[in-house]
Amino acid sequence: MVNGINLALQFLDSFAFIVLAAAGLAIIFGIMGVINLAHGEFILIGAYTATLAVTQLGLPLVVAMLVGGLVTGLFGILTERVIISGAWPNYISQRTLGRDVIEPLYDRLADSMVATFGLSLILTQGARIRFGNSIDQIATPFGAISYGEFSYSSYRIVLAGVSIGLLLVTYYLFTRTDFGMRARATIQDKETAQAMGVNTDRMYMLTFGFGSALAGLTGALFAPVISMQPTLGDQFLVEAFVAVVVGGPSVVLGTALSGGVLGAILATFSNLYGTFIGRIALLVAALIALRFLPNGITGFIEQLRKRRQESD
Amino acid sequence: MSRNSANGGMNRSLPSRLRSRFEGPNTIGESRGFWVGFAAAVAALAIYPAFGDGSQLSLFMVLALLGLSLSVVWGYSGVLSFGQVVFFGIGAYTFGVVSINFATPGGITAAVVAGIVGGGLSAAILGYFMFYGGVRDVYVTIITLVSTIVMHTFMAQTAGSEWAIGEAALGGFNGMPDIPLLTLGVGGLSYQFIYNPFPMRILGIGAFEISPFYYLVLVLLVGTYLGLRALVNSDYGRVMVAVREDEDRTEMFGYNVTRVKFVVFTLGGALAGLSGVLYAARNVYIDPTVFSLLFATLPVIWVSIGGRKSLLGAVVATLAVEYLRISMAGELALVLLGTLLLVTILVLPSGLVPWLHEQIVDTRLGPGEAGGADTPDAPSEVSD
Repeated sequence: MVNGINLALQFLDSFAFIVLAAAGLAIIFGIMGVINLAHGEFILIGAYTATLAVTQLGLPLVVAMLVGGLVTGLFGILTERVIISGAWPNYISQRTLGRDVIEPLYDRLADSMVATFGLSLILTQGARIRFGNSIDQIATPFGAISYGEFSYSSYRIVLAGVSIGLLLVTYYLFTRTDFGMRARATIQDKETAQAMGVNTDRMYMLTFGFGSALAGLTGALFAPVISMQPTLGDQFLVEAFVAVVVGGPSVVLGTALSGGVLGAILATFSNLYGTFIGRIALLVAALIALRFLPNGITGFIEQLRKRRQESD
Repeated sequence: MSRNSANGGMNRSLPSRLRSRFEGPNTIGESRGFWVGFAAAVAALAIYPAFGDGSQLSLFMVLALLGLSLSVVWGYSGVLSFGQVVFFGIGAYTFGVVSINFATPGGITAAVVAGIVGGGLSAAILGYFMFYGGVRDVYVTIITLVSTIVMHTFMAQTAGSEWAIGEAALGGFNGMPDIPLLTLGVGGLSYQFIYNPFPMRILGIGAFEISPFYYLVLVLLVGTYLGLRALVNSDYGRVMVAVREDEDRTEMFGYNVTRVKFVVFTLGGALAGLSGVLYAARNVYIDPTVFSLLFATLPVIWVSIGGRKSLLGAVVATLAVEYLRISMAGELALVLLGTLLLVTILVLPSGLVPWLHEQIVDTRLGPGEAGGADTPDAPSEVSD
């Protein structure tokens, strides 16, 4: 039997999970055209950093989570400089060999997938070698609320709130700040942005760093509720991917809408038929959505808007 | 008909006429030296079981067929399929289900065909859904990736007794054991290719046993390689490459780009299905790990490292990477594999075999004459 409150809570839970999993990936893919298959491992870095900061250094949970985001952001910047743009290796090779050794991965979608998958293998296995197959977990904060026969972790409700907050912050950052304006100018037309004095190279670096920091924060936020193992990133990757492509080109709106739609599907089917069917329903819905809305939900909205403008 | 400039026009001998079918702008290796080397390599593979672990190499050769299937789809038609393992796995499971239900030589032969058809048919369905629906570029990649995960999620939960097709239980995570030994033929006229070694005695080397399955796979691999070489150097192959280089322009020239992609995708699926059949037959077992993300990425790794626009690269890289992966069974194996992948993509974007070929051609012809003649790539090719 479907219980209304239970379904609503499950929806919030799925929504938060999908939005948080996808936010960082959406920014990197939507703005930079780079598919980061190591996204799950960026989440892993955030989760491990936060957990270790609590268990080893004894930091308060909220601080540890911010540290998790920060460390992952810095790691993202390092990744961008070394692998995605190849700026640092090329700087060295220019001075020793007199030529570039690395071709940047921008506009090489498939290659960016393959290269970041290589990075993901290294990070997963590196975490396993360094920390073993699991690390001690931090306790779930806030306890549980219960009603009738159901009890529900209130932390998960907090996560839903945080996910909406993060979307708002991202929206503010990209639409109301100088950084956001420059970043969007870089996506729209790199050459013109350059001509207007935007340092596009630096924009890419910072955007990648910001996307990575979001991924790290996601990992840190989920650290108390998922098991800490080197493969924990895998469970985020698929939902993140699906949400990004179903969402379409508009990063914040797309992530929010696809989080809503896919979260509703996931919650309903999981509630009715169990988690396996829920997951399959989610994936099948994504396949169908991609087939009929190849540019995602926001691409479809954009198309409708254009058509209406033309008919006026 | 003078596609092959070295022999063009002259009254050519039979070997060179034969050769010209397999040569053209879309493959490397046109010289006499290449074919001598090719023959030597095949001969070396043929006598390898006398010295090394043939059963392991037979697995790598089975996987090389999977690598070839991706090379033709991605490298030549520009459709990056992250879902070759879907067709591989469907081929393997179909073979398992049919052969368990009809465990006679005729039934197992039919199961092989069913596996290939299963791989091709599933690719045709998915390809029709995508290409005729106007899905393009990276979205094709993501749909195929999601299909892989759908299959993995689905097959992993088929543990219950209700998930059985006839006699064959799908078995969830535990997989499907008891696949019959590969026996091809009809009725009394049949031969069992698995675990049926025949003894050989060669003067100077001594007596040893060789596995018929190994030679079956070797013949299939060499045949597929040559067949695909002929395909990509045919007129149809040139259209495939045109689709890869610029879809819109090819469409403008009046080619049905959608159909080309659909046909090649289906062919790739059938080939992946064949590879899956051989994989299941070799292991007499199949489980859902063939649909896992790591396994799904392996073909992409092989083809990227070897050189996606090179069939030979796909085969060589599959054998080499799988050998490395198995022999570095320690903790660092995946780290090394990841590093290898990363460095290859970043430093040698066109892949190892085309790069090696360039080096060889460079040193032979001198830097001025080399290049240009081989692959008609646009310099700023977008690789999705």
